Amino acid sequence: MPEKFNKAAETKRWIAGALVFVILALVGALSNSYIVSLMTIVLLFTFMGQSWNLMLGIGGQLSIGHALFVGLGAYSVGVLYIKYGISPWIGLLAGMLVAGSVGAVLAWLSFRFEVHGIYFALLTIAAAEFARIMFSGWEFVGAMQGLFFPAPTGEVDMSMLRGGARFYYFVALALAAIGIAGTELISRSYLGYVWRAMRDDDEAARALGVRTFRHKILVISISAASAAVGGGILALVQGAIFPDSIMGMGISVDILIGPVVGGLGTAFGPLVGSLAAIPLNHLMGALGDSLGIPGLNNIAYGIVLLSVVWFLPDGIWPAVVRGYAAIKRSLFAGALKLRKAEE
Amino acid sequence: MLSLWLNVLASGILIGLVYGLVALGLTIIFGVMRVVNFAHGEMVVFGVYIGYWSVRMWGVPIIAAAALAAAVMFVFGYFLEKLIVKRFVNRPHHYQFIVFIGLSLLFSGILLVAFGPDPRPTASQLSFRTVSIGILTLDLARLQAAGVAGLLIAMLGAYLKYSSFGRSLRAAANNRLGGLIVGLNIPRVYAVTFGIGAACAGVAGALISPLFDAQPYLAMDFTLLAFVTVIVGGLGSFGGALLGGLTIGVAEAVAALMFSPSMKTALPYALLIIILIFRPRGFFGAREI
Amino acid sequence: MTTLLDVRNLTRSFGGLIAVKDVSFALAKGRITALIGPNGAGKTTCFNLVAGALKPTSGQVFFKGQSIEGTPPENACRMGIARTFQIVRPMRDMSVLENAMVGAFSWTRNVSEARCTAYDSLESVGLAGKANARTDQLTMPDRKMLEVAKALSTRPKLLLLDEVMAGLRPTEAVSVVQVLRKLAESGLTILLVEHVMRIVMEVASTVVVLHHGAKIAEGRPKDVVADPQVLESYLGAGFHA
Repeated sequence: MPEKFNKAAETKRWIAGALVFVILALVGALSNSYIVSLMTIVLLFTFMGQSWNLMLGIGGQLSIGHALFVGLGAYSVGVLYIKYGISPWIGLLAGMLVAGSVGAVLAWLSFRFEVHGIYFALLTIAAAEFARIMFSGWEFVGAMQGLFFPAPTGEVDMSMLRGGARFYYFVALALAAIGIAGTELISRSYLGYVWRAMRDDDEAARALGVRTFRHKILVISISAASAAVGGGILALVQGAIFPDSIMGMGISVDILIGPVVGGLGTAFGPLVGSLAAIPLNHLMGALGDSLGIPGLNNIAYGIVLLSVVWFLPDGIWPAVVRGYAAIKRSLFAGALKLRKAEE
Repeated sequence: MLSLWLNVLASGILIGLVYGLVALGLTIIFGVMRVVNFAHGEMVVFGVYIGYWSVRMWGVPIIAAAALAAAVMFVFGYFLEKLIVKRFVNRPHHYQFIVFIGLSLLFSGILLVAFGPDPRPTASQLSFRTVSIGILTLDLARLQAAGVAGLLIAMLGAYLKYSSFGRSLRAAANNRLGGLIVGLNIPRVYAVTFGIGAACAGVAGALISPLFDAQPYLAMDFTLLAFVTVIVGGLGSFGGALLGGLTIGVAEAVAALMFSPSMKTALPYALLIIILIFRPRGFFGAREI
Repeated sequence: MTTLLDVRNLTRSFGGLIAVKDVSFALAKGRITALIGPNGAGKTTCFNLVAGALKPTSGQVFFKGQSIEGTPPENACRMGIARTFQIVRPMRDMSVLENAMVGAFSWTRNVSEARCTAYDSLESVGLAGKANARTDQLTMPDRKMLEVAKALSTRPKLLLLDEVMAGLRPTEAVSVVQVLRKLAESGLTILLVEHVMRIVMEVASTVVVLHHGAKIAEGRPKDVVADPQVLESYLGAGFHA
């Protein structure tokens, strides 16, 4: 998206962003526990959606197997904490390293052998499913029975990243903020330009000196490492890790729905998209449960995805921005007309 | 020992023919329209449910259920293409993928709502009967499925090769613009193609309904299985789909024998990863996507 | 006269077809050289061999004394060779200015520096006024000039232009010629692949003629144009000047 270099508009955007986060912080402090839990998930998926967004919206690489990285992060935190009592901070770091490396290896293998586009997307799915099945059979990580975190005491322990629901809400909020700020900063750095060029036309980018092979590996590793952090926190929030849920296709879909619905390639898109889609999913799920009809949430997700791609292919957030700009223009024109009439 | 291996191989070949039919549907859609039908597994499962419904409700034989599935799914695919898919045929790949993910979610949601999550077994008259040929003991249901699938594959092959519409399909696959210029009705070709693809999936589903309990969660496995099969054989290649199906069927059967059952489900994915990396074209596929 | 690019015995075959056969020529620094020849002569293949998009079957390409045959395009660019594409390839989701900025990142990581360089590149091709436009809003001549601007941002020593005049009307071509002359004056070495003879005559100081993959003439435009072999290659045998 063309960046207009206008200092005033810039500051306004940062202020608007900060405002959004203040509001979200208030929500966290004041709402009831149901909303807090729901919003924690929304914010976590915003963060993970940002990592996916980085890879596709900016880097141009489609992955439908992000659950792989989420799961690796979750298991790193889980295994280190539950089995060895090691702080999740270390676990998160370990998760980032593991996921980042796995992502780098997958990327290296693929691009070395010219596996691109759809084929690469299929590769990511295959890798995620393969890992899920392997983890389901691996006794050390609890196989199908999974791993369980000890019940939270409600006391906040920063060194061990433990606390109650509200504590995790603010952790998730911090992550979402980091995700948005990080995406913006990367977008404006040389990486942002080089990655978008690579996304739009790989061969032309190479002719301009962009080492696309390296950059593809880089963007995928960074995306994987961030997703792993999200996975680690998700595991802590959920209190348990099961291979079928944390590494299943469901997670991959949950991750991509935010950016796709909200706005691919934009900083606020994943937040807007997750805010729209995830509560809807939960609502439909709850409705389905109460009515005894499972599957309503799938239908809702399907309709949302199709509607967005049909009516607002750029996503909700860019449409909002366009709408806002149009309103401003018409107000301005209206004011101008008024002045002319008075003269 | 030998008879065990032979039986396993035979069983793999039989199911491989059905996989080939599923893959054929996917590869025809891709070959002609350059569209990746990520909701293919859901279409197979629709077929499985049609099989279940027909047998349970009306007590018809599986073959009739398969015919019904073919008709229903063809119409379904035809209109799905006309109403929804056609708008996304020329968009970038990731839009296509997302549209189909949306469709697959919608379909599995509908299945869940209509039939619930519990598996529904289609116990047909064939379900438990076996037939002995020499040292081989084969499931009658499997044999029938393979037979019908094989027959359909041959018929479809003949249709594509010799009928005039079949030739239009192949022409459109080869060169869309050229096809338009010589007057092919491309929109109709695409809709029919999608219908054929969906029908293949549906028939395959109905044929295997005695072997698999109908449940919505099967869909993803079928989708990925179809993809593995198609990629092994070569995206867009008719012969490849058949060969891929047989390969996967046999590989799965052998894996179940040699490794634990959970490895059996992991095998297609491992194969997919290896094939994608070392020979993404598969046996006969096109160079570019 | 210093030699910037030295092409020696360059050969490239595709299966049984020999597209470029034992071609040798040298580019003098700061001059504009045109590579011409009838269709199928091997100009584009030769161009791609120099640019690093293709590896030669045999032969060598020396750039500033270093052998570069088979170097991947991104490395060739970083050494100072920039190329444009015959079928223009703008980055669609980036503005004109952003397109022009990408090349600068081959030698800097500073975004403002890249932006300044991009503005300068756009100015030298006359697109400075359209910096914030989207690429799909540009006319064809503008898109061609954007290709050049993108390449200029990489601060090349050698600029390879692939049929930059193709599809341009005579009036549009004139402004391109002026741009090229200014660039050469600033010390840039340019190799043009061209079909439009009039432009070649006006702009090139040296012309290399290929036919069936082999070099059949090299020299000043007016000498080459009078060369009987060249005339025969374009017009067929039996033509007498």
